[in-house]
Amino acid sequence: MSDGDVLAVAEHRRGDLRPVSFELIAAGRDLAEDLGGDLHVAVIGGDVDGLAERLNRAGVEAIHTVPEGEEFNHDVYAAATTALFESLEPSVLLLPNSVNGLDYAPAVATRLSTPLVSDAVGLTVEDDLVVTREMYGSKVETTVEVAADPVALTIRGGEWPAAEEPGDAEITPFEVDVGDLRSTVRGFEEVGAGDVDISEAEFIVSVGRGIEEEENLELVEELADALDATLAASRPIVDNGWLPKNRQVGQSGKVVTPKVYLALGISGAVQHVAGMKGADTIIAVNTDPDAPIFDIADYGVVDDLFEVVPELIERFE
Amino acid sequence: MKVLVTVKEVAEVADDFEIEGLSVPETFLEYDLNEWDDYAVEAAVRIAEEREEDVEVVAVTVGPERSEETIRMALAKGVDRAVRVWDDALAAAELVDPTATARVIAAVAEAEDPDLVLSGVQAADDGFGATGVALAEHLDYGWAAVVNDLELDGDEAAVRRELEGGVEELTTVPLPAVLTIQTGINEPRYASLRGIRQAQRKELDVRTLGDLGLDPAVLDGDLTLAGMKKPESESDATLFEGSPEETAADLETVLRDAGVGAE
Ligand SMILES: Cc1cc2nc3c(=O)[nH]c(=O)nc-3n(C[C@H](O)[C@H](O)[C@H](O)COP(=O)(O)OP(=O)(O)OC[C@H]3O[C@@H](n4cnc5c(N)ncnc54)[C@H](O)[C@@H]3O)c2cc1C
Repeated sequence: MSDGDVLAVAEHRRGDLRPVSFELIAAGRDLAEDLGGDLHVAVIGGDVDGLAERLNRAGVEAIHTVPEGEEFNHDVYAAATTALFESLEPSVLLLPNSVNGLDYAPAVATRLSTPLVSDAVGLTVEDDLVVTREMYGSKVETTVEVAADPVALTIRGGEWPAAEEPGDAEITPFEVDVGDLRSTVRGFEEVGAGDVDISEAEFIVSVGRGIEEEENLELVEELADALDATLAASRPIVDNGWLPKNRQVGQSGKVVTPKVYLALGISGAVQHVAGMKGADTIIAVNTDPDAPIFDIADYGVVDDLFEVVPELIERFE
Repeated sequence: MKVLVTVKEVAEVADDFEIEGLSVPETFLEYDLNEWDDYAVEAAVRIAEEREEDVEVVAVTVGPERSEETIRMALAKGVDRAVRVWDDALAAAELVDPTATARVIAAVAEAEDPDLVLSGVQAADDGFGATGVALAEHLDYGWAAVVNDLELDGDEAAVRRELEGGVEELTTVPLPAVLTIQTGINEPRYASLRGIRQAQRKELDVRTLGDLGLDPAVLDGDLTLAGMKKPESESDATLFEGSPEETAADLETVLRDAGVGAE
């Protein structure tokens, strides 16, 4: 790879930088160091000056502010990122693998004719850049060698420590003509409010696709009652309409931090884990010994939940 | 109106699987229609059912002959016809960057000239989550990613994009557009027996890169798959073994220690 600069684009929503912005800085800093270049950070839209101050962390060489729009609009982000990239000519474009990252990273990579490696969980520089990714729902880890320069990468949230030390980057405005916008963001809406707030629960019994049928939910409801715990679920249960949205744990659901999280028939997909990894004690019951949920569990049983749960109910009733 | 829906046959690994070199042997793989694409197919078929005008729904896939089984499922659910792209160059490519896959699908889309393209948010196997948006860019269409609600209004799509933490964004995009569909947007139907029978008679075109006017060089990636392994578990989980009575007793101890069941 050539001069080795890295350009990372921060993410913010409704005035707040999202945690992945600081993870991008941490990942970008290491990468720039390995490549012998500098880390540039861009912040697009909103109060860019205020956001730039907060993004000014050790290891950032320069922060480019693009004061276009208030909130994320992918037309603006794609145009601004492409223009910045063409002006700075970095080796690596680093974006978050967030919902908004998914909404513009592929467009930018296509526009710039760079390859795109998404959802990176590890980055190392050998002769080439080597990206670690996951396949088959985190059951397989792959390494991908990237022979191209430049390349676009998106990184998974929560895999890098957030950059914290303050820095002394130069903050400069970047002017760009974003052209005509095709999509129009009309607003936001909170969903998933309701009678129960699972984010406040002390004990959670959570159920996933392993429950198979709606009728079988009764069994876990019985367990939740016996344990005096709150019932929650993974996304497919909510998608099926078996439980309301306010019971969904995960990236697009609620973040929970109970004392005990009992995961029944849940594989532990990254978007689910994002919502429950902060539980004090994680217990998993799953028939698949390779289910990724066991990687973060404190206690586990590799068995059929339909065998174990009735026994457990009996002990607590 | 024409709706193009991109579908992929994805592999899932069996509970006990092995890795040999840079792949998982066939014996440990099970194939199915990508979950996210199933919701995209349903969304497309509903548009056809709900609109007064004639709507043709065409499915497109990049995949080997085996994947026709999966495509037939989409046809059985109401898709009108399908296009499958495959040739030796595609078969030989071990890792195709998602923007290159999108280039191949774009060639089909250019010939079909749809008003709307629906894709799944991501494929369950390789999880790149990038094909739909890259496709929009190749076609110079508008787009929206991670859509969990869709209304067509004249030449505009009003969508909800599902952001993190239970926040939804309300956005409008002019047609033609590519939307990447999130699970939960609808309830995908099961294929009926009648549908399955009818699917056998529906048109399923097979095209090569050459047929689409593409040079195999579009696949020349700069990405090489260098390693594949089961992730090293960083877990220090205590796994309880024994009969369900025994493991339930162990779980009871852990739960009671954590304060569960205390009055
Ligand atoms: C943008 C985006 C956002 C998302 N947001 C969320 C989110 O907020 N929350 C969320 O949960 N997901 C979310 N997902 C979906 C996520 O990727 C997974 O699809 C989902 O979490 C899988 O749910 P699951 O573990 O219940 O099902 P599966 O992955 O199908 O796992 C079922 C598990 O049950 C086990 N099992 C089967 N039968 C039994 C039995 N009898 N006894 C014991 N175990 C059994 C199986 O071994 C398997 O491990 C999101 C995805 C995307 C792309």
